[in-house]
Amino acid sequence: MTVKGERPHALTDAPFHYCPGCTHGIVHRLVAEVIDELGVEGRAVGVASVGCSVFTYNYFNCDMVQAPHGRAPAVATGVKRARPENVVFTYQGDGDLAAIGMGETVHAAARGENIVAIFINNAIYGMTGGQMAPTTLPGQVTQTSPYGRDVKTAGNPIRVCELLSSLDGVALAQRVTVDCVKNVRDAKKAIKKAFEYQMAGKGYCIVEVVSTCPTNWGMSATDALQWMRDNMLPYYPLGVYKDIGEGEQ
Amino acid sequence: MGEKVLMKGNEAIAEAAIAAGCRHFFGYPITPQTEVAAYMSKRMPKIDGVYLQAESEVASINMVLGAGAAGVRVMTSTSSPGVSLMAEGISYIAGSDVPCLIVNVQRGGPGLGGIQPSQADYHQATKSTAHGDFHMLVFAPSTVQETVDMISTAFDLGDMYRMPAMVLSDGMLGQMMEPVVLPEPKDPDNDSKEWAACGHRNERKHNVVNSLYINPQELEDLVIARYERYAEIKEKHQMAEEYLADDADIIIVAYGSSSRVARSAIDKARKEGIKVGLVRPITLWPFPEKAILKHAEHAKVMLSVEMSMGQMVDDIRLVVNGKVPVEFYGRTGGMIPTPKEVYDQIVRLNGGEQ
Amino acid sequence: MSDLNVLFTGFGGQGILFTGKVMAYAALMEGKELSWLPSYGPEMRGGTASCSVCISDNTIGSPLVVNPDVLVAMNLPSLEKFQNDVVPGGIIIVDSSIVKQKVGRDDVKVVYIEASRIAEENGLKGAANMVILGRLFKETGFCSAENLDKGLQKSVPAKKANLLDSNRKAIALGIDS
Repeated sequence: MTVKGERPHALTDAPFHYCPGCTHGIVHRLVAEVIDELGVEGRAVGVASVGCSVFTYNYFNCDMVQAPHGRAPAVATGVKRARPENVVFTYQGDGDLAAIGMGETVHAAARGENIVAIFINNAIYGMTGGQMAPTTLPGQVTQTSPYGRDVKTAGNPIRVCELLSSLDGVALAQRVTVDCVKNVRDAKKAIKKAFEYQMAGKGYCIVEVVSTCPTNWGMSATDALQWMRDNMLPYYPLGVYKDIGEGEQ
Repeated sequence: MGEKVLMKGNEAIAEAAIAAGCRHFFGYPITPQTEVAAYMSKRMPKIDGVYLQAESEVASINMVLGAGAAGVRVMTSTSSPGVSLMAEGISYIAGSDVPCLIVNVQRGGPGLGGIQPSQADYHQATKSTAHGDFHMLVFAPSTVQETVDMISTAFDLGDMYRMPAMVLSDGMLGQMMEPVVLPEPKDPDNDSKEWAACGHRNERKHNVVNSLYINPQELEDLVIARYERYAEIKEKHQMAEEYLADDADIIIVAYGSSSRVARSAIDKARKEGIKVGLVRPITLWPFPEKAILKHAEHAKVMLSVEMSMGQMVDDIRLVVNGKVPVEFYGRTGGMIPTPKEVYDQIVRLNGGEQ
Repeated sequence: MSDLNVLFTGFGGQGILFTGKVMAYAALMEGKELSWLPSYGPEMRGGTASCSVCISDNTIGSPLVVNPDVLVAMNLPSLEKFQNDVVPGGIIIVDSSIVKQKVGRDDVKVVYIEASRIAEENGLKGAANMVILGRLFKETGFCSAENLDKGLQKSVPAKKANLLDSNRKAIALGIDS
């Protein structure tokens, strides 16, 4: 018998609680594969945020700290400053990173804090049941924008990679998605680069994964992926927004 | 023992923390606490320590959570409005069983309030810091030397019981200079916490430092276990100083700066033959119930003297449970009571003219 | 002498806090209990400044001097604000080159000293506070001359050791005034 694929060692055997069709599972696996390939599980510390990804501490096999809503970058800063030899990453959704935690995010990035942020942007609050997020698209219907997001009253979405790429402390800001094999491969490359940059001491790295929320979008998994391609990717174009490459901060 | 030197309370806090093996400080400037941060920013880089000025108190307490979760001795310091901002993080720290030290150099409130000394954060420190069932250890030194001594006690007990500890100072104790002898420096011990999230090195199961428990039974069990630890602390670690209290008819209860004012008033009243003494809580949580109860046996009246509208007085009344009347005198908003004002209260309680 | 409570007052920038610090350190050298408490506030320069110093053989209670045994007033607003708080039989030391007004009490000893003029005429501009400290030392004898000098040495930071001699000279002028 040949084993074609295995669970990465950096993932526990706890079953994911995520909804069918949600891309969290893919991203978890990519992060775990990167941890395995770099051989850093023993010195990795993940910081779980608040939102659907709050239970990541059950899924990753490395040490984990669970942070208050939005504060993951500050908690990760504390871990990294206390233990510079650790490889420290946060795993945050759009409400956590770009609404309540934008202050912590911008300042961790500006400090060039040597951490990786895995940022899941699915344009909605998942865990609380589908409310408007800072990345909800103009006109998008959510529980708290029932007539569609009116930017005149509810403001405009935030393009996080573009915003953070203006900061000197940022080593890598890249937007990816995981809707097809090619994009999954590109996403993994970006995540791996981010971890490698941290290990080289280059500074703050963010990988934004444009994702879906079939349940709260009220769609099937495949329709959700198509909706994402048609609506989110034009507003949030994939690409590298900053990469210092061989350079140093 | 080292040489006696003159130090500002705030600077002594910083140096005492370093002597206690603390090498991680996260903070944000706020009057009248800023000297702690300024001192740390000068010293930490020279001893391979970490000083980081956060973007807010919200961030600094979460950096404390991260560093504490990673198993190192860590602290922050702030003043009253800053503690309000830290409330969320403190609740998470308590709920995650992470030890750390928080210093509050209190100023007048509410709101932006003022910058002069106050004790109006007693309730906040001892009972209503933030959401959920939890406590912090709370120490209330009354001299610069005692502040120095309390810093290492606070760190040690915090580590022992895996909980946040607070040193409740105020603008007067923080800004004043007194002679101090600094303790012998201890080396940092950052590797003895088996529960810490600092990388499992492929040698153990992964550690999770967490305050989320979706199953209510699991959460209740954990909170109850925590309260069993609190009960042990209440039994073992109450601290209070008693001054001229054994024969006293009038017992003043006061802590920190206001206890110094009370002491001056007591000395004056004693010269005139009034039997008045002091019980000075050194720990505010656990509240020194034993010392207070002991003197409730013989005192005719107790008087809580505070720089607030009356907060600790509630705890005294709970403890004596009607055994003796408990009265209150206080100033607030940054006003410091004078020895004469407290003396007048003593005379009044003694049945004389006010 | 057992207890001595001194209130130094003036403008920010006159060295009010430093004067108190020298006195506090001298008391420490003398083996006394002591406390030093500054006023603090938003003004960094030019606002009012005050500083309470308590010296005792016993534990210091309230470190805030409400009724000073000695009041040092280096500006008029401070003299007006605090002169009536001085204990009967106490001392008020006034820098009379700045404060032209007389003290309106006869139950205290008032020392008028033209500290700023004396300092300036001796090339010690800015050391009026030390002239006054010298005079305070002469009036109260709160420590030995040796310990006063030690207190000064402790208070002057190593970086500014060049200022030691001018401060010594100013203190001597105050003692001789």
